[in-house]
Amino acid sequence: MARYVLINSVRGVLTILAVSFIVFSLARLTGDPLDVLAPVDMSREDEQALREQWGLDKSLPEQYRSFIANALRGDFGPSFLYPTETAGGIIADRLPASIRLGMVATLLVVTIGIPLGILSAVKRGSPADRIAKGLALFGQSVPEFWLAIMLIWLIAVPWKFIPTSGIGSWSSYILPSFVIAIFGIAALLRLFRSAMLETLGSEYIKLARLKGVSEFWVIMKHALKPASIGPLTFFGGVAVRMLTGATVVEIVFSWPGVGFLAFEAANARDFPVVQALALFTATVIVVMNLLVDVTYAYLDPRVRLGQRSLA
Amino acid sequence: MPFGRLFSGSGRESPTASSEQAVGTAEGRRRWFPWLRTRSDKVPWIPICIIVFLLLLPALLADVITVHDPLRGVLADRLTPPAWIEGGSWTYPLGTDKLGRDILTRIIYGARISLTVASLTILVGASVGTTLGLMAGYFGGWIDRVVSWLIDTFLSLPIVLLALVIVAAIGPSFITIVTIIAITMWAYFARQVRGDTLAVRESEYVARSKVAGSRPWRILLRHVLPNVANTLIVLATLQVGVVILSESSLSFIGAGIPRPNPSWGVMVADGRDQVLIAWWISLFPGLAILLVVLSLNLLGDWLRDFLDPKMRQRR
Amino acid sequence: MTAVPPGRDVDPILDVRDLVTHLYTRWGVTKAVDGVSLRLYPGEMLGIVGESGSGKSMLALSLVRLTPEPAGRILGGQVLLNGQDLLLLSAKQMRRIRGREISMILQDPQQSLNPVYSVGNQLAEAIRLHGMAASSAEVLKRSVAALQSVRVPAPERRLRDFPHQMSGGMKQRVVGAMAIACQPSVLIADEPTTALDVTIQAQYLRLLDEIRKETSIGIILITHDFGVIAESCDRVAVMYAGRIVEQGPVSDIFDNPRHPYTRALLEARPRRGRQAARLPSIEGQPPSLIDLPPGCAFAPRCRHAYRRCEEQYPPSFEIGDYHRAACWLAEETP
Repeated sequence: MARYVLINSVRGVLTILAVSFIVFSLARLTGDPLDVLAPVDMSREDEQALREQWGLDKSLPEQYRSFIANALRGDFGPSFLYPTETAGGIIADRLPASIRLGMVATLLVVTIGIPLGILSAVKRGSPADRIAKGLALFGQSVPEFWLAIMLIWLIAVPWKFIPTSGIGSWSSYILPSFVIAIFGIAALLRLFRSAMLETLGSEYIKLARLKGVSEFWVIMKHALKPASIGPLTFFGGVAVRMLTGATVVEIVFSWPGVGFLAFEAANARDFPVVQALALFTATVIVVMNLLVDVTYAYLDPRVRLGQRSLA
Repeated sequence: MPFGRLFSGSGRESPTASSEQAVGTAEGRRRWFPWLRTRSDKVPWIPICIIVFLLLLPALLADVITVHDPLRGVLADRLTPPAWIEGGSWTYPLGTDKLGRDILTRIIYGARISLTVASLTILVGASVGTTLGLMAGYFGGWIDRVVSWLIDTFLSLPIVLLALVIVAAIGPSFITIVTIIAITMWAYFARQVRGDTLAVRESEYVARSKVAGSRPWRILLRHVLPNVANTLIVLATLQVGVVILSESSLSFIGAGIPRPNPSWGVMVADGRDQVLIAWWISLFPGLAILLVVLSLNLLGDWLRDFLDPKMRQRR
Repeated sequence: MTAVPPGRDVDPILDVRDLVTHLYTRWGVTKAVDGVSLRLYPGEMLGIVGESGSGKSMLALSLVRLTPEPAGRILGGQVLLNGQDLLLLSAKQMRRIRGREISMILQDPQQSLNPVYSVGNQLAEAIRLHGMAASSAEVLKRSVAALQSVRVPAPERRLRDFPHQMSGGMKQRVVGAMAIACQPSVLIADEPTTALDVTIQAQYLRLLDEIRKETSIGIILITHDFGVIAESCDRVAVMYAGRIVEQGPVSDIFDNPRHPYTRALLEARPRRGRQAARLPSIEGQPPSLIDLPPGCAFAPRCRHAYRRCEEQYPPSFEIGDYHRAACWLAEETP
């Protein structure tokens, strides 16, 4: 088990390195940052000085090395948008708002998506199942940014107690968290529904019933745990997709989190902040995948006992 | 964003036996009770119609079927409501935006943008992904390990942030958005094809070809590729919807198709500030996205059931 | 092995009368079990033999009222377990019977154990559910005893194992231990050895035989293999298209099969010394259970069929002690 976690951690670090490389190359290869950052009437000398200050005069591998070295120290350079602060500092300021919103959305996903998926499988073919399937299809197909605008128009504006933007009391969380959650709810609903159907049709469920286990425990003990293993492999993907959704939703609701920050920074050409955010988000994703892998091992004795390895 | 794979069977090659067991159980049940087998549902005509009339035909015939200019509007007619609302007129069936451009015309041209982006990214993604997936699944060993790791890495890319990085560096453009989406698209195809190839490789006829001394590329093209073709079609269909969602989201936040081009995402963004006085500007393009993506998902699900009963998710 | 037909004075533990189970599928109603009557006596091993699709498994599931939902429905008849009609019980009462009074071994041990729980956990659940042990120590004691009774070596250690750490034969023993842990009076074994290696098969059948001798449990052994019947059963019932076409003591059936289907099955049995290439099989396909002919379901494949066979279903004719056959040919030669 320890070895398993170690292997996956090493893989995660490698992945973050690779992502940093991709971010770096995208940033450098798509154009010279100075073309857009430097004022048009800048003198040649000033430009050269700026180039040196940002290390743009060095070779690309060298630039990458110092980029990584600085990133490891949490130093992404000064923000262009707020010159008195560092990129890392701005992100740290904005992070709590995003985390709170993300936690509320995750809570919605887990408490709505999973039970609905189970219900839908157990009551297969019932009206509840049909409604759940419709919800899943909708959540999977609806563009979050549009849903957010429509909800502001149809709900927030007419019902005065729900704010249309910004962070405030608990009511300001309702719409953004719901819009972020809708895709996750749809995803978990579908994943758990099909996994539960597969499991409920299995021989060991038949045997549990033969032993005289009540239907409640057949579902909650014998079906749910093995059925959770399959969907778990997708949680990483669902999380990535929800992070994307969260960025868009923060922008629509002007939520003072890191997603909105990325938008502001990109529009202001605040390159260090955007770059730092991309790397930070990638790290979050990698850590989340690692957590999924560990949970996976916990749920599946074959992985836990080392008979199989994730590779 | 690109995320169709979530809904088309098992994900990264799962280390549990749950997928094997699942198949085994289903087969066991069929062996026991052959009459419990299910058949494919009926052809989903409504989604097909929506895809044809809302995506394919408008994209192909945009300049033939519209009378207004998608980019230049009549300022005098700005913020005209849809025809059936007081103050509207049939000159602009779905109304106009704040620059007096016809919403319907822009939606029709927007279909062209969506379809172009989707075709390009899926063509690139599918060819790169299929090649790498075939190699990884068939040769195994270090090739497989490297490709699998690349798949995991590229699926961990936060593409909105990457898009914003590029926007911060060089600004939005058509090429930017195609690159950004294609960069992750290949990984979905590679993952699917790799898994399928692993399964086909173990099959008897591939073993026979190997014994007969066929070259690897010949086996891959003649035996493996035709067997993964069905799942490729299903995945490609589902990914069209995913690309449309990705493209419109990126365009919405200003990291995709640049203004004034009528991408559906840009159009929703255009109406965002006026949703209280001119809701039609945002409503209709968003509805177009929803309907098209919904239909693509329904069609993809049906294709999966129709082409490959093994992959059927019971509904 | 010695087939002793029980005396008439012993009451059967299981008495099935005219059981009818239909499956409502998309293509029509399948008469999976179509009026089956049979009796099982204590300490007896009754074989039920038939091709796949003959309704054997559906019969077994009907006895414990676990037909597939929502397609399967038990429409009529009685299942009397020690005189109590199981079909009249509430779902809750039925749950108390399952595993306690009547239990079952499924076909494929690879799939009958839950992969995410240890063997001990699954075994203890069976014991705890029916209040067979008051304390955890007692549960453990009983679990070990159950594994010992199916000859699992080092049972204490095995309890901590997960199913994937065991061989197929070992898993099937565990399934057997779960089935007899609460000392039920009836055990249904649905093709328990089909998924096992040939060498393990004989061992497992011997084990079942020993268990019933030790405990006087009544065992219904479902199989498609007459060889298995010959080795372990006292009596046998031959099933075809949802009905029992012939039943009787194993020796009678082997020496004097009266139904042409029984005869065909016996001939199709591989025997030592015969070349595999000439293994005869029964011509034709088993009928679809959706539109059965009005007469004998075997008539279309029967060499001896005549007009009456196609028009009227033959009643069950008594041939000897406990030996009955549902064939018009059996009527003519008493």
